[in-house]
Parts: sequence; structure tokens; C-alpha cells
Amino acid sequence: MSTGIRKPARKIDLRRYPGFVHLAVFCMIILYAPLLIVAVYSFNASTSITLWGGFSLQWYEEVFFGLESAKFKDAAWNSFTIAISAAVVSTCFATSAALGMLRAGEFRGRPVSFALINLPLMVPEIVTAVATLIFFNWINFERGIGTILVAHIVFCIPFAYLPIAARLEGISGIYEQAALDLYATRWEAFRLVLLPLMAPGVLSGFLLAFIISLDDFIITNFVKGAGVETLPTAIFGAVKQGIKPNIMAISTLLLVLSFIFVTLSWLIGRMGTDSGRAAD
Amino acid sequence: MKNLMMAIAALLAFAVSPAQAAGKLSIYHWFEYIPQELLDKFSREFDVEVTMDTYDSNESLLAALKAGALGDYDVAVPGDYMVKILNQEGMLDTIGQNELSNRGNILPQWVDVDFDPGRKHSIPYQWGSTGFSVNRNIYQGDINTTAMIFDPPAELKGKINVLDTSGETLTLASIHLGIPQCTQDRDQLKKLDALVQGAKQHWASFNSDGAKDVLVSGDAAVGMIWNGFGAKAREEGAPIEYAFPKEGYIVWMDNVVLLKDAPNRANAIKFMDFLLRPENAAAVTNYARYTAGVKGVEAHLDPALAKSPEQNPPAGQKGFFVEACDAETQPLYDRIWTRLKQ
Amino acid sequence: MAGGVSSSGGHSVSSAYAAVRNWLLAPSWITIAIFMLGPVLLMAVYSFLTKEFRGGVLWEFSLASYDQFFFDRGLFGDEPPKLHWTYLAIYLRSFIQASVATLLCLAIGFPTAYFIATRPASTRMVWLFLITIPYWVNLLIRTVSMKFLIRDTGPINEWLISFGLLEAPIKMVNTDFAVQLGLFYSYLPFMVLPIYAAVERYDFALSEAAADLYADRWTTLWLVLLPAVRPGIIAGCILVFVPSLGAFLAPDLLGGAKNFMIGSLIEEQFKGAAGNWPFGAACAMVLLTMVLVAVFLYARQQAANARGGG
Repeated sequence: MSTGIRKPARKIDLRRYPGFVHLAVFCMIILYAPLLIVAVYSFNASTSITLWGGFSLQWYEEVFFGLESAKFKDAAWNSFTIAISAAVVSTCFATSAALGMLRAGEFRGRPVSFALINLPLMVPEIVTAVATLIFFNWINFERGIGTILVAHIVFCIPFAYLPIAARLEGISGIYEQAALDLYATRWEAFRLVLLPLMAPGVLSGFLLAFIISLDDFIITNFVKGAGVETLPTAIFGAVKQGIKPNIMAISTLLLVLSFIFVTLSWLIGRMGTDSGRAAD
Repeated sequence: MKNLMMAIAALLAFAVSPAQAAGKLSIYHWFEYIPQELLDKFSREFDVEVTMDTYDSNESLLAALKAGALGDYDVAVPGDYMVKILNQEGMLDTIGQNELSNRGNILPQWVDVDFDPGRKHSIPYQWGSTGFSVNRNIYQGDINTTAMIFDPPAELKGKINVLDTSGETLTLASIHLGIPQCTQDRDQLKKLDALVQGAKQHWASFNSDGAKDVLVSGDAAVGMIWNGFGAKAREEGAPIEYAFPKEGYIVWMDNVVLLKDAPNRANAIKFMDFLLRPENAAAVTNYARYTAGVKGVEAHLDPALAKSPEQNPPAGQKGFFVEACDAETQPLYDRIWTRLKQ
Repeated sequence: MAGGVSSSGGHSVSSAYAAVRNWLLAPSWITIAIFMLGPVLLMAVYSFLTKEFRGGVLWEFSLASYDQFFFDRGLFGDEPPKLHWTYLAIYLRSFIQASVATLLCLAIGFPTAYFIATRPASTRMVWLFLITIPYWVNLLIRTVSMKFLIRDTGPINEWLISFGLLEAPIKMVNTDFAVQLGLFYSYLPFMVLPIYAAVERYDFALSEAAADLYADRWTTLWLVLLPAVRPGIIAGCILVFVPSLGAFLAPDLLGGAKNFMIGSLIEEQFKGAAGNWPFGAACAMVLLTMVLVAVFLYARQQAANARGGG
């Protein structure tokens, strides 16, 4: 927290805007209300999404032991592998590109470079999908998980780039300059000074890239090879005859999994700050 | 940077999928239309690893094959007119005269079909009809007319769902008008254009994937639907009745075709032979609620199907196959569809 | 201006990065040039080719696709050409939908991002994750659940009726409102995350200074905070607006697919019965040109700002 100089307490807290907290809560309600529906209906004994037929755990049983369980497990594994790989690679590329764009002074090709980096955002997904497929065919890139990964890395780059660049634009060069003046190497100045300052932007970029990749259907559906499924394509295949509660069960499991993930990272974060305070 | 590049190279190497080995079968199929049990049974019996991808319309099957998926899959399941198109496009392989030992099981009326005379490239899979179901709680009158969709009674206005495919929706409209499909007659086409333009104000949505859900949930009181899908909607509790309009309805047949450049051709033949066994064809019928094109399935069918109204059209009603228009005519229909959805 | 921040000899920050600039940019450049620019150029070429019946192209030059886009020659294609509103109207509608969705996301996303960024560091992460968690659930599922919630017989209408606030259900499904709600729901985190990153970086000493100069908090918000976090806001708007333009899941499911959006129009050319690849490519090129021009103007303005601001 670099709030700057502490002043005597004011009567009003300048950081608080009345109504903002309500909007944030409202936002959360909109985000979570449909998911609550998903969670509730995953315990539905009826096969229909719209009619309540009593409480049942049968759909969870089906997810783990049913005929299609192997398919969904493979799909989930593929999805997470691809999303993590694509998010890591694209975040590295995007961080590096943001430094080149914003830290290396003016250069002539900047607008072109900006347009190039953001190009994947400007092209409608369906076009990217068809164009990429034709292109992969043209260069004889055999379709499979490899083609999905490459396509995902490409369209994740701008999603990672924009938050990282937005963050970097707000960081003055004086911190690194100070480090350099104190005889830090360039690498040390970057790693120990700039990178920690950039971290929230990098994290936002990573998260965006991760969910974009995890959620992508159209492009994946076009560039995936025969028999390779990700969660979205498997779910799309399954929901065509109406969304059955086993899909809702999978979604609820994903939700629970992500909640566990969040709780863990929060606990780890708290441990970190506690030990940091102890060291003071 | 070097480390980064090496990491990416390692990732890619890890991710590239292995080439197709022997003992595999790659199916390109309609969504959720074959029971997983049947694929598992085939897999066990022949020791073949089965993978299946799905598509949601005949046109997207064609689009995917055109864009280079040919050579990835062994078999696909196109509808009647699409078999003809795929064959014209040179995307089908020929099945040898003696390759299928169960060829004799094909029902006689499905052997010499005009979309694949002599069944050189395909075997029958399932057939059914495309019509519409009406919510009987909302409308009690006579439903056996295409006017339900194109000139609906007041109770049903604004509560109609039509399929989001030009082929089926415009064909049903042609049936309503009593004009031929793929016509080049200007007055007939103008009438067709005016009919759908005028009817659109009464329609709530265009939806194919959710055709069943909109009826079960009550979002729509009339919904164009395939007969088996309609049966499933009724079994899920929708108070609906499937109509067999007096003007006629659409009939279709899906067929298993042997694709050109199939990576596992031998297994594809085994699979087709497998599907021609009555008990296996019946398993698909029991699951999807359509009708098999194979002899001797009766003994294996779910008894409820025999009485299912969706499977048993009244005698004397006419069914029409969707026709594949030629290169001069198709753009006219495309234009009508685009004008409808603009 | 080559020096940037400082120019104390070889120890300058920007000269350090400038030396390796091409290396920093190369991974993104190369990846996108090969796997994005390549395919897009291929599409551009396709838009000038002759359509092959039922999908695919013939390698013969043709302007037919652009002619079809801009000129109406009647149902049978033989009337004298006049400006074609069919497709332009589809584009206009998509632009309006996307704009409304972007404004909605901004109106709710900005306060949310601000709220999160001003939480203590330890809980900030939790809030961020809370925003992204819904996106672990597939978009189709989320959209369908949203539809369930707002349908005539859905929970919202039933509650409102049971509390006596309504007599008849509000018609929400298959309306423009539903589409905008769907787009808003699809892309909200794309607005929140970049704004969060910018606000988190904001130095509140600036607000204090403004307060010392007797600015009230809304004046401070408008004149100090918003300009300071502008890059984050613009990034968020781009991230929401552009995907919204090409989206077709929310429009189809929630809007009833009665009218084409840009995304579904193009999809129809490649996956539907139309099978007109060059025309689909031309539609994409028109959209691409519009968006690229907008982004180019933005980039030029940014560059001008940077020069102006030193």
C-alpha cells in the first residue's frame, strides 16, 4: 500500500464513494444468481432443466461413474492443461511485449505494433476460427491439442496484454532509475523493482487469458482434431438435446473447485502477510 | 528468452497428439443421437478405440469437411440430401459389393434411394419427420395444418419457435403454399418470401438446439421439431401433441457414409456392419425415438414406441424429402432467408 | 524524445529496454504474424475470390461479395442496384447492442473495480477471484441459466408476482434487453480487471491534494481519478466492445435469434446453408476495417497525448 503521506484523519474518507459498494454487491448478485440456479438444479431428480422433480444426487453419480464420465474427465483435463499453458505462455509474451511497447521509448513502428498485438481482438471469433483452420491445413499442421494450444495462445495475447500495459503505463520510470543509480543491474532493476510493481497487472492478464481459454468454444471447435474434446466442446455436444442436470453437476463441481482454489490462495496470502508482519 | 522458447517447444511437443494408430475408429456424428452403450459395445467386441465428434446441422458437417476435416474421420451421418451433396463433392468412398456381410438387412425400400442409388456409399441409419408440436393446454383446435406456423390462430401468436435452418423452415413454408422446392418461378418465390416475412411477426424465436427445451419450459406453445425430439419433449412432461399437417410434412433419413481418405477404413466397415445388426439399429431407435431402416428390429424395440404418436403418422398424409437445390436456385433461397433474418 | 524518462548516460531505463526492444516484442509479433495475420490475410484474399457452390472458393478474382454487401439488386438480383440496407442494418444493430453492453459494463464494472482496488491487500485477491469464478462455468451454461432466471415463468417474474408487485410477467426473454444483459454478463470481467489494475496503481495523494483544494469527492472523481485511470477504462471498453460485436451466443439464446447479428451472419456463410465463403470473408473484412480504423485513431490519439504530456 503506497498511499503516500499519512495525514490527520479527515471527516470524510476520500476513498469511499457512496453507492459504489451497493453497485459492487449488485454486480455480485447478477454474477451469482444464475450460478445459484445451476447449483440448485444439479440436485434435480428430473431430467429437465425447467421442472423440479425432487432432490437427488444421481447426476453427481453419473458425472463420476456414468457412461460419459471418461469423456468429461478427458475433456476437463484437456481444458485445464490448455488453459494453463496458453495463459502462462501468452502472459509471458504479453509482459515482454508491454515492456517493449511502453518502456523502450518512442519508436516509429509503435502504432503498427499496437495494432498487430491487438489484432486477435479485432477479428470476430468465427472468422478467426475458419481462417485458422484453413491456414493450419495449408501449412499441414496436424490438428490436435497442439493446434488448439497455438490458437489459444494467439488470441490470449491481447487479453493478457491490455491489463498489463494499462498497469505499466501508470508506473513511472523513476523507481527503476533509482535502482539503476544504486548500481542494480538492469535485470535486478526489472526483477526486484518493476516486476513486483507490475504484478497486479500481470495477474489480471493471466486470469483473463485463463478464463478466455477455458471458455472458448468456437475457435476450439474448428481447430481441434478428431476426437479431441475440451470442456466447452464436450458440454456443447451434450447440451444440444437440452441441458441435463449432469452438465449442471459438472458446472457446480467446477464452481466448488474454484472456491477451494480461492480459499487456499487467500489463506496462503494471509500466511504470507502474517509472517511478513512478524518479520518487521 | 531462450529458456522461454525451449519451454514453449517442450509444451508443443507434449501437446501434439499422436498419429492415428490401428485399432481406432473416428466418427463424425450428430449431437447426442447414438447411445454411449452402443459405442462401448462396439469398442469391446472389436477391440477398437472409438472417438466421436459431433455437429449440429448437415451444413456444418459439409462446412467442416470442406475446410479440411476430410481425412480425420472414418464415418459420418449425413441426412438424405447431404449424402447426395457429399457424393457430388467427391467426399465419399465406395463400399465394395461384398464388404458388408449384413447388407441384406437393409429394408428393401431403403436400398435403392435416389440420394444414393444402389447404396454405394452409405447405409441407412434412422429416419423420421420434421413437423411441429403444439401445446394442448393453450390451443385445443385442429392442429394438423401448417397454418399453425405460418398463419397461426390468435392464441398462438408470438409463441412460436421455428428451426434455425433455412432448409427445413423454408421447405415447410413451401409445403404450406403447395409450391415445389427449389423452384425458379418468380411468382412462387415472391409468395414464399411474402409468407415468411409476414409470419415472422408471430414467431418468438429461431432455435434448433433448444427446440425441445422451449416446448418443455413453456417458452413456446408451438415449436417446429423432429419427431423423436418431440417424443422426448412429451415424455418430459410437456403437454404437447405432434402434428402431421394435411398439407404434408418433411421426411428425412440419416445415413452412415464411408468418408474418403478414412484413416481406419477397415474399422469403419466393421462399424457399418455392426449398425446393420437389428439389435444395434434398435438400440439407436430406442434411444433417439426415430425409426430404423433395418429388417428385424421389431423384437428389440421398446414397446412404448409402437404406440408413440410421433412414430406413427396417420395414413394418407404426405411426406416430402428436402431437395438439394442447384447452384442457380440455392442463392435465391439464401436471399429469402437473409431477408427474413435481417 | 528518444530518452524517455531520464538520460543519465548508459544507465537510462528506456535505453536499457530500447536495446532489447525487438527481442521483447518478437515473441508476440512472430506468433501473431504467423498465426493471426497469416490467416487474416488469407481471409482478405478470399473476400475477392469467386464463391464455389456449397462452400469453398474458386481462385478467380471477383468483387461479387462486396457488391452483395453494399448494393441491393432485389430478390432475383436483376433490379438496378441501390444502397443495400440489409447488411448495414445488421452492422448498425450489432454496434448499438455492443455499445449499450459496454456502457452497462462500465457503469457497473467501474464502481466494482474501484471498490475492489480500495479493499485491504489481503481481501483484494478474494474479490478478484469472486469476479472471475463465474467464468469457470461455461458461457453456454451461464447464458442458459440467465435465460431460466428471466423467462416469463422464471423466478424473477414469479417472485414479483407473488409479492403483488406485478400482475402479469414482464416479457424479458427474446428482447433486446435480454441480449444486452447476456452480453453484459458474458464480458463483465473484461471491464473490471483492467480498471482494477489501473485504480490499484492510482496514488490517492492526488485525491487528497484535490480535497485540499476544496474539490468535493465527485469533482475529484471526474477531474482527477478518471483521467488518471483512463488507460484502464479504455482497455476495458475495447475488451468488452469488440467481442460483443461478434458475439452470437447471447443474441441467439436470449434474443431468440430472430435477427442476424454480425457474428451469426458470418457464421451462416461458413456453417449454414448459404455456404458463401467469399461473402463471409467480405463481411468480416468490413467489420475488421471499421474496428481497425477506430483502434488506429485511438493509438494516434494516445501517441499525441504522450507527446503532449511529455
